[in-house]
Amino acid sequence: MNLKYMYSLLAVIVLFLVSYILAGTGMAFKVLFGIILPYAALLTFIIGFISRIRNWARSAVPFRITTTCGQQKSLPWIKPNAIDNPFSKGAVVIRMFLEIVLFRSLFRNTRLKMKAGPKITYNLEIFLWVGALAFHYAFLTVLLRHLRFFTEPVPILVQLLETVDSFFRIEILYDINQFGLPGVYISGLVLLAAVTYLFLRRVFIPNVKYISLAADFFPLFLIFGIAFTGILMRYVTKIDVVAAKELTMGLVSFHPTIPEGLASIFYVHIFFVSILLVYFPFSKLMHIGGIFFSPTRNMTADTRATRHINPWNYPVHVHTYEEYEDEFREKMVEAGLPVVKQPVETPPEETEKKE
Amino acid sequence: MSDLLKPEELYKTDSRPPRTDWMDTPVEIRRGIACYAGNPKSLEYVGLPNARKWSCFDEDWQLPENWQEIIHEGFKERLEKFRSFKVFMDICVRCGACADKCHFFIGTGDPKNMPVLRAELLRSIYRNDFTRAGKILGKLGGARPMTLEVLREWWYYMFQCSECRRCSVFCPYGIDTAEITMMGRELLNLLGLNIDWIATPVANCYRTGNHLGIQPHAFKDMLEFFQEDIEEITGVLVEPQYNKVGADILFITPSGDVFADPGTYTCMGYMMLFHYLKEKYGFDITWSTYASEGGNFGFFTSHEMMKRLNAKMYAEAKRLGVKWIIGGECGHMWRVINQYMDTMNGPADFLEEPVSPITGTKFENAKSTKMVHITEFTADLIKHGKLELDKSRNDNLSVTFHDSCNPARGMGLLDEPRYVIQNVCNKFHEMPAGTIREQTFCCGSGSGLNAGEDMELRMAGGLPRANAVKSVHESKGVNTLATICAIDRAALPDLMSYWVPEVEVYGVHEMVANALILQGEKDRDTDLRGEPLPGMEDSDE
Repeated sequence: MNLKYMYSLLAVIVLFLVSYILAGTGMAFKVLFGIILPYAALLTFIIGFISRIRNWARSAVPFRITTTCGQQKSLPWIKPNAIDNPFSKGAVVIRMFLEIVLFRSLFRNTRLKMKAGPKITYNLEIFLWVGALAFHYAFLTVLLRHLRFFTEPVPILVQLLETVDSFFRIEILYDINQFGLPGVYISGLVLLAAVTYLFLRRVFIPNVKYISLAADFFPLFLIFGIAFTGILMRYVTKIDVVAAKELTMGLVSFHPTIPEGLASIFYVHIFFVSILLVYFPFSKLMHIGGIFFSPTRNMTADTRATRHINPWNYPVHVHTYEEYEDEFREKMVEAGLPVVKQPVETPPEETEKKE
Repeated sequence: MSDLLKPEELYKTDSRPPRTDWMDTPVEIRRGIACYAGNPKSLEYVGLPNARKWSCFDEDWQLPENWQEIIHEGFKERLEKFRSFKVFMDICVRCGACADKCHFFIGTGDPKNMPVLRAELLRSIYRNDFTRAGKILGKLGGARPMTLEVLREWWYYMFQCSECRRCSVFCPYGIDTAEITMMGRELLNLLGLNIDWIATPVANCYRTGNHLGIQPHAFKDMLEFFQEDIEEITGVLVEPQYNKVGADILFITPSGDVFADPGTYTCMGYMMLFHYLKEKYGFDITWSTYASEGGNFGFFTSHEMMKRLNAKMYAEAKRLGVKWIIGGECGHMWRVINQYMDTMNGPADFLEEPVSPITGTKFENAKSTKMVHITEFTADLIKHGKLELDKSRNDNLSVTFHDSCNPARGMGLLDEPRYVIQNVCNKFHEMPAGTIREQTFCCGSGSGLNAGEDMELRMAGGLPRANAVKSVHESKGVNTLATICAIDRAALPDLMSYWVPEVEVYGVHEMVANALILQGEKDRDTDLRGEPLPGMEDSDE
């Protein structure tokens, strides 16, 4: 049994049970899960996120250590790789954009096979890239869709997104008699599938399993929980959407209320999201901010053309030419090498400092 | 090399991680993998701390009493001084994309050679010492306290990384294990934990100007020896200039090329090229015995040591009053020059923006650092038709090109050497995609690991490179592995004789010199190695 994921799974199950049971016991816990924790979590997230970013920004960038992934700009007739070996700030912006939006480096991923021969082959391995893209974009879509709960009127763009995202919409006078199925959102299902994939690869690929920490499983289970409770509410238990929005709008307008008729599962959902927000700034999830600060990607590769300044550059001990000549002058003269100072007289025998 | 495993024993196709978690798997420092400790005299000479005689196989490493505090403070200081370090400690998600990208992991199958785990060795301490989550969650959050066992692990694995940066190409966040290893080695150096193959070259370089400790008169002697060889082969006496005040250009190359075959042939190549240019165009270039090292083993010690050794280049250029500098074929040397030198020891405002005196080409990409790579310089000469070349003299060579890690991923010098090779050789074949250009594999001996006692590590680490050579050797008949790195020229011959015995290692400028038609040369019947030229195989009789 893999203890690392068991701990995390257990943690998420406990969180589920605690919130599910407590939310059913009365108003006090509904206020806790529906109002107090969301506010506290959001505050923690914002302060935590900003302080992490400031913490990174505080550290110096002494050298321009760009990882060059293509031909440099050198002679005019050699075609440079403008994006992967960016000579200008504009090129860096494009490189970063592709990195952040399309996960370009991950797209290069290869899988190695070692065969008899010996023969080693490297084949393109796009599953991780596809899985990662699916996960992040599905998450983003779900997040944006949820703006419906925090805005009134709902912006046209959010409505448009919902239309694009949904399929299999069978709604007959849905608002009145709730007959049929609300539009099924692709993003929710993709999110669930992608999280499952990311979990399975941590369990079944030996190397990835070996490097995974409990801290790598926890957010996966948590996000699975969030997506799962969301889907459950939408398609199975049919949450009272109007009441849900009353609560969320209350939060946004700083007039929080706990409306009637919200099932416990709703509070679990909100609680999980709150946990994720709190967990975020203290964890590897900060990679969303960190990628912008990665010196191997966000710097130009023109170090020989434009000098980079190291803010803490300090003078160091060097072995000067004078010291060098003083030690070797006689040998240099004898060998016919030019010297600055001529030897004056027969000097005392130099002792070798090293063997 | 007598107790070295045979290639078929070393090649493991079924490496699986151990059953125990990596934090619970104690490190076993093995002979054949680990390098000997730094000579105390070398450490003392350059003022590195805790110089003493010790060995990694000893029980007692003779550490300072407060070693944990030294590591903690050193860690803290570096987190503030290097944003790369702090960000890379924080943002890894352990996706595993880097795992099978490391030549040392591929070759050894040791899971702690996966770049992600190499970094986790440090990250686990970082979390424990510097993050709240790590303090609260402990091992669950991937944190652990610093112990002797951890220190031994650091030492073992920080010297099983050649800082080649291949993993950083694939990392979605650009996490660069070279940075991690550099910080790890800096921290280890605070406790006097270094390897002799780095520490002694550093001390040598500080004192004599080069890693090999060649004193000025001996340096000249060695080049004179090459002069004789060149005269014998070509009938032309080339006359290099040394320490010449007022020369136009200063030339600096790794001392390895002065010292040992097959680098020596590359060195002869430079001498012949410069002679040709001097005779034909009045080119005025000088060698220096004081700045007689292109490479920089300080880079493998600490940022400070890198700066101390590198300082000689600009100091000598200033003293001699040259206009700009040409640098020879070397790998990590060029990472230092391209990404560090100007920042550390510049601005080089006493030099001029480099312009080729022969073609008039402005090297605008080097206008601040004022140092040009010899293959940039030579490619420009060839493009302008300034060299008379007889490619057919290299027809015995079927060439492939090994991109050295640092010029590839710390510079992007990819097409210049290829252009030169293809203009001096008729037969050129690329190795498979995924093993060249920015995805090139290390020789397995970079970053100061080119010692004798870690031969198993080197042969394992060089496996992916050697295997790619083998594939073109078998499919295209390649018999020549060209490089632009002195460590490659020292390391690859061993690697080739181990995995692909029929392939020889060449420097690019050796092949240039083979093809270069010198004024007044005799009918050459051998190449620089004394091997018969194509069609001359019977002319010995």
